[in-house]
Amino acid sequence: MANIQATSPKPTGWAHRLQHGDLFFWLLTLFFALVIIGLVVAVGVVTYNGSAEARAEYGTSFLTQSDWNPIETDLYQPSYGAWPAIRGTLLSSLIALLLAAPTGIAIGIFLSELCPLRLRALLGFTVELLAAIPSVIYGLWGVAVFSPWFTNAIANPLATSIGQFIPWLAGPIAVSRGLAVTGVILAIMILPTIAAITRDVLQAVPNHQRDVMLALGSTRWEVIWLSVLPYSRAGIIGGVMLGLGRALGETMAATMLIGNSTRIEESIFYPATTAAALVASELPNSNSTMHESALIYLALVLFGITLILNLAARYLVWQTSRGPAGARA
Amino acid sequence: MAATAHPAHSMTVRGLKPFYAKRQAVQAVDLDVRAHEILALIGPSGCGKSTVLRCLNRMHETIPYAHAEGSVKLDDLDIYQAGIDATLVRRKIGMVFQMPIALRTRSIYENIAVGLRLGGMNDRLELDRRVEQALRSANLWDEVKDKLQLSGLALSGGQQQRLSIARTIAIEPAVILFDEPCSALDPISTLKIEELLLQLRERYTLVIVTHNMQQAARISDRTAVFMVERGQEQPVGLLVEEGSTEQIFSKPRDRRTEEYISGKVG
Ligand SMILES: Nc1ncnc2c1ncn2[C@@H]1O[C@H](COP(=O)(O)OP(=O)(O)O)[C@@H](O)[C@H]1O
Ligand SMILES: [Mg+2]
Repeated sequence: MANIQATSPKPTGWAHRLQHGDLFFWLLTLFFALVIIGLVVAVGVVTYNGSAEARAEYGTSFLTQSDWNPIETDLYQPSYGAWPAIRGTLLSSLIALLLAAPTGIAIGIFLSELCPLRLRALLGFTVELLAAIPSVIYGLWGVAVFSPWFTNAIANPLATSIGQFIPWLAGPIAVSRGLAVTGVILAIMILPTIAAITRDVLQAVPNHQRDVMLALGSTRWEVIWLSVLPYSRAGIIGGVMLGLGRALGETMAATMLIGNSTRIEESIFYPATTAAALVASELPNSNSTMHESALIYLALVLFGITLILNLAARYLVWQTSRGPAGARA
Repeated sequence: MAATAHPAHSMTVRGLKPFYAKRQAVQAVDLDVRAHEILALIGPSGCGKSTVLRCLNRMHETIPYAHAEGSVKLDDLDIYQAGIDATLVRRKIGMVFQMPIALRTRSIYENIAVGLRLGGMNDRLELDRRVEQALRSANLWDEVKDKLQLSGLALSGGQQQRLSIARTIAIEPAVILFDEPCSALDPISTLKIEELLLQLRERYTLVIVTHNMQQAARISDRTAVFMVERGQEQPVGLLVEEGSTEQIFSKPRDRRTEEYISGKVG
């Protein structure tokens, strides 16, 4: 034994990798990891450079200015303020999140923990199918079917009752395009993503974590609530963030449904816009280099919002999944 | 005798047939578990030891497509009789599993308190007292008393298994079922668990599944031997004999038992 150790010390680091032929695989994975980082940097650099003109003109006041007016007339100079788009983006995604997160998590719990076995495969397949439907189809359905119904059955009754006292639910509602209906369609779009990820994360919880609770006399609910959900919290938050990311960046359905108005209206039943919708609808026919630059600046802002929310989610995951000290050896 | 200070609970199993979907996994089982004894269930793997054990506290039916028929009595009460709440049965007949894994997201303290809280106990002082008592009974208190707020995962495998035992005895069951509690542990941790089981026998009635015949011989009072019948299209487990551990290991009545304990099968 001592002899073997003396002549061939345990290889470490680079030598170890070389010796075991892992080097190739290691380089390959490293390469792909770098490609991903490279992509993020490239997007950042392109939008940063492309927005130079607008950044020089507006600086950070771009974020808070609320007039977006690209048309030059005798009376008005064009002006570019991102607040209506930022506000629309955040509010429509917030509505989507508030509706889709609880429902999606509940569906995931049902699929993983409560659903009869026979139904499980069928329902699971349907949910995955829904997640894969292109957004233009949700947009079309929203325009043709959902938004007229929503306006009649939900928006109008709300606006004419409590809307008289709560300004952000106020009417009268002239067109069936607006922030609220967009938020609801976004919710429907991200719901399957959240549900499918929640289901997968819950199914990955080892059975002994359930058995321990069952053997202590837990009901099914207590098992879910006290053992399964705490165990999978990080993954569920990840699923919700993935859905939120889709909602924030959703372009097609938002453009079709939100009404594309850069005027800020207090009521969520009125037309608005989102950063993605504004960029998509105006960039192809921008009327000046400043207009184009401002749209790219807006894209940069959207990129920043997504990044910040994801970092916040990371922090949240790290905070909550840490558990009691000593959980990670 | 210390045993007399503690209530004596026995179990009577008659015609127990466990099913997975339509498939009966074990032929009808008749078995007696006497008060303050350690009953060992031994046999080759796949013969249905875990399945039968899980029928004894109605854990079996928590698998969605599984059910059991027959009668299992705790003292005079048939736990399979209509109107019996399975969650209450499981609080009376506790269970410790093979994997010594603590509830992942909970501290050592909460790993014990969770069962007490489920039973409606909320008073902090009372919880503290019961947690300490359970940890002491599981011979774990001295090792963890200074780190009760740390994760259960910070403990070694053997300590985690004693934590599982403490969690089970915290709610004061009448009977405790063990499914291969030592099969993932090193020899020293195994000895500590065996010592603990012998202590617990003073207060509880114990049933232990083990694939380790020496372990059965060392700690059990009586032994039940299971085998697999491979004649049919689906192998079916069956109980071949039950008797005092001494008799089973010295003069087994059944030829299959003899072959099994002398190492010819399994
Ligand atoms: N969850 C399950 N679903 C279907 N069949 C099972 C399940 N668990 C065990 N079985 C079957 O029941 C029989 C007995 O298994 P088990 O009780 O685990 O045996 P042992 O604990 O003695 O090794 C085996 O044939 C096994 O395939
Ligand atoms: Mg087993």
